[in-house]
Amino acid sequence: MFRIRFHGRGGQGMKTASRILGTAFFLEGYEVQDAPRYGAERRGAPIFAYIRADRKPINERGIIAGPDLVVVADDSLVPLPAAGVLQGIREPTVILLKSCESGATWRQRLNIKNPIVTLPETGEAEDSAELRYIGAACAGAAAGVLGIISRESLAQAIQEELGRLGEAVLAKNRANALASFDAIKKSAAVNVTEGGSIPAQPYKRPAWIDLPFEDARISAPVIHAGLTSVEVRTGLWRTMAPVIDYSLCRGCWWVCSTFCPDGVISVRDNQPVIDYDHCKGCLVCVAQCPSHAIAAVPEKEEQARKKAVAGEAS
Amino acid sequence: MSRRLLTGNGSAAWGARLARVDYIPAFPITPQTEIIETIAEWIDRGKMTGRMVTMESEHAMITAAGAASATGVRVFSATSSQGLLYAMEMIYSVAGWRTPLVLVNVSRGISAPITLEPDHNDVLAARDSGFLQIHCSTCQEVLDTTLMAYRLAEDERVRLPVIVNQDGFYLSFTREPVEIPDSRPAAEFVGDYNPENMGFRASSPSSQAVAVLGAGAYSYFRYETHLAAREALSVYEEVAREYRERFGRYHPIVETYRTEDAEYAFVMMDSFATKAKDGVDRLRESGVKIGLVRPRLLRPFPEEQLCRALAGMKGAAVIDQNLSMGKGGVLYTEIASALYGQNEAAPLLASFIGGLGGRDISAEEFYEIAATLQKAVKHNRAPRPRLLYTVEELRAMRKLQAIAHVERHGSKPGE
Ligand code: SF4
Ligand code: SF4
Repeated sequence: MFRIRFHGRGGQGMKTASRILGTAFFLEGYEVQDAPRYGAERRGAPIFAYIRADRKPINERGIIAGPDLVVVADDSLVPLPAAGVLQGIREPTVILLKSCESGATWRQRLNIKNPIVTLPETGEAEDSAELRYIGAACAGAAAGVLGIISRESLAQAIQEELGRLGEAVLAKNRANALASFDAIKKSAAVNVTEGGSIPAQPYKRPAWIDLPFEDARISAPVIHAGLTSVEVRTGLWRTMAPVIDYSLCRGCWWVCSTFCPDGVISVRDNQPVIDYDHCKGCLVCVAQCPSHAIAAVPEKEEQARKKAVAGEAS
Repeated sequence: MSRRLLTGNGSAAWGARLARVDYIPAFPITPQTEIIETIAEWIDRGKMTGRMVTMESEHAMITAAGAASATGVRVFSATSSQGLLYAMEMIYSVAGWRTPLVLVNVSRGISAPITLEPDHNDVLAARDSGFLQIHCSTCQEVLDTTLMAYRLAEDERVRLPVIVNQDGFYLSFTREPVEIPDSRPAAEFVGDYNPENMGFRASSPSSQAVAVLGAGAYSYFRYETHLAAREALSVYEEVAREYRERFGRYHPIVETYRTEDAEYAFVMMDSFATKAKDGVDRLRESGVKIGLVRPRLLRPFPEEQLCRALAGMKGAAVIDQNLSMGKGGVLYTEIASALYGQNEAAPLLASFIGGLGGRDISAEEFYEIAATLQKAVKHNRAPRPRLLYTVEELRAMRKLQAIAHVERHGSKPGE
C-alpha cells in the first residue's frame, strides 16, 4: 500500500492536491482513500491531507503514521513541531519539498538520510493569487516522483477535480502540474516503495496507563480562552444584511434590539445601531420591527453601497 | 452504475437523491454540512427535485421533518452531535408520530469539552427514542444504507424514522471508491412512499398527537412502537436481500468477518471496525483465531444474531467508542445483556473504551487487546474495563495542565 501525506498551510490547496493524486491513482486502477485533516480551519494554519492507494480494498483508516512519501508545500513548516511534517518517517520515506534550497542542504539541516527531492519555488508563488496553484503543482510533482502515474491520468484527474472552476483556472493548474511532473520525472532518481502493514508478531506493546482518579479541582475542564465571541467576526457569515431606514424607525421600545438573538443591536442616542462585525444576518430584526423600518438587503449590494459611500467620502 | 471516489457526506447525499426525496429541512453543522450543500447545489442545477428549506435550528428542522413526513411526503435530513441533542425533544416526538423519515447523523463527540472529531455519544443519546439506528463502516455502506432505510422506514409493519450513522472525518470527509446505482433501478427498489392513513394536510388544518392520554392508551402506543422496532429486524432482512439481488451488495444486520472457526472476536461499530479487520488479518497471520463481529443495526438490537455470531467463542473484546458516565461502554452493556442466560457457551467479555473524540486506535492496540483477551480466557477472569490511553497521552495532558496552572496562578502546581 502507498501511504502519502501532504503538508501545507490553509489556503494552499492541500485538499485539492490530495484529491488530484487520489483520483489519478484511481484512474490507474488503484483502490484509494483520501482525506484532508484540519481542526478549526484558518488560512495559514498548518493542515495536512493523506492518501492511501493499494491494489486491494483498504481497511486502514485515519491519519498515516508511517508514510512512504511526504509532500511539503511550504518549507517553513518543516521546523514547526505542530505541523508534524517528519512524524513517523522511516529510512526509505521520500520527502518532496517545495523549496529553493537543495535536498542535500535539507538532509544536513535535519540530520536525516532520507531521499529529499525539491521542487523549486517559482517567483510567482509569492503572489497570493498564485497560492491556489501550489496544490496542483505538488500533486503533479508527487505523481512524478511515484513514477506509476501516467501524464494522461494526471491530466484527467485535474480535469475531474478542477473542471468546474472554468477553463482558465483549469488550464493554469494543468500547466503547473504537468510542468512539475515533467521536471521531477527528469531530475529525480528516487524510488517510493510501498510500505507493508505492522505485523502482529512481534509488535511494540502500547504503553497503556490506568487514568488515575483526580478530584474536580484538577480534572474539570475549566478552560478559558480569549473573548472569542468578540474576536470572531461572525458578520462574515452574512448573506443578507439588515439595513435600518432611520426615517421610518419610530424608536419604539427597541423591539429589534430585544429580539436580535446575537445581541448586536445597541441603542445610541435613542437610535438602534447594528454591529455589522457580528450580525449574522438572521433577519429576525427585519421580521420583528413593527414599523417595517428594517429592510433585508443582499450582502453583496450592501457592501458595494458602503464601498461607494466610502469612495465618495475620501 | 458508476464507480467513483466519494466522501461519506457525498454518499449520503447520493442516497437521498436516488431515493427521490421530496423535502429536506436543513441546518448546518460540522461535519455534516457538506451533505446539505451537495443537495442544495443539485437542486439549484435541476439535477434533483424536491424542496430544501433551511431552518432556524435542529429542533425546528426535526419538527418540520416529522410534520412533512406526516403529510405523506418523503423526507430527508442530516445532523450531528450538538445538533442532534438540540433536536432531541422532537426526535422522540416524531418517532412517536410514527413518521418514516430518514436522518443521517454524522457522529461527532459531544461537548463539553468541545471536539469536532467522532465518537458515538451523540447518536447513542437517541438510542431509546424509537428511531431505528443503522451504523455504517464505509462510504459505500452510507449510500446503500440510506436507500435501504427508506424501504425499512416506510414499510407498514415498521413505519418508524431511521437514523443512518457515519463517523465524522473518518467517513464524512474521506473519499473511497463508491458504486452509485443508476437512478431507475434505485427508484424501482425504493418505490413510492404510500402513506395510506397518514393524511395530515396543510390544506385542512388539524392537530396531531396532542391528546393527553390515559396510561392504558399511552402504554399501548409506546409498546406498539417497541414492537414495530422489533419487527424491523425481519423486515430489514427482506430489504437487504432484495438489495443484494438488485445491486449485488449485501449488508447484513450483523456483519461477521473471519468468524467461522474463530475463538476470539473484536466487537465494534462504525468505521473503526474496518481497522479491526486489518487487525484480524494480521493476528490470523500469526496464528490467533480471531474475527470481527460488527452490529450494523443497534436499534432494533439484534440479540439473536449477535448470540449466534458469538456462540462457541472463548472470548470477545467489545470496543466502545462511547462512554456512559458512571457505567462504561454502551455496546458492552448491551452485548452482555444479550448473552446473559441465553447461551451456555457464551464467551468471556472484555470491555475497552477507545476512539473518544476521534482518538485513533493503532494496529498495536488491536494486537494488545487480543493478547489481553487471550490471557483473560486462560485465567478465566474478565479484565477490568480499559480506556485506550497511553503514558504519552497523559504526559501531554500534564503539560497542558501545568501551563493552565501557571496561567491561572502564576506558579507551577505544588509551588
Ligand atoms: S439580522 Fe439577526 S443578527 Fe443581524 S441585527 Fe438583525 S436580528 Fe441581529
Ligand atoms: S424595532 Fe423598528 S422601530 Fe423599533 S427601534 Fe428597532 S428599527 Fe426602530
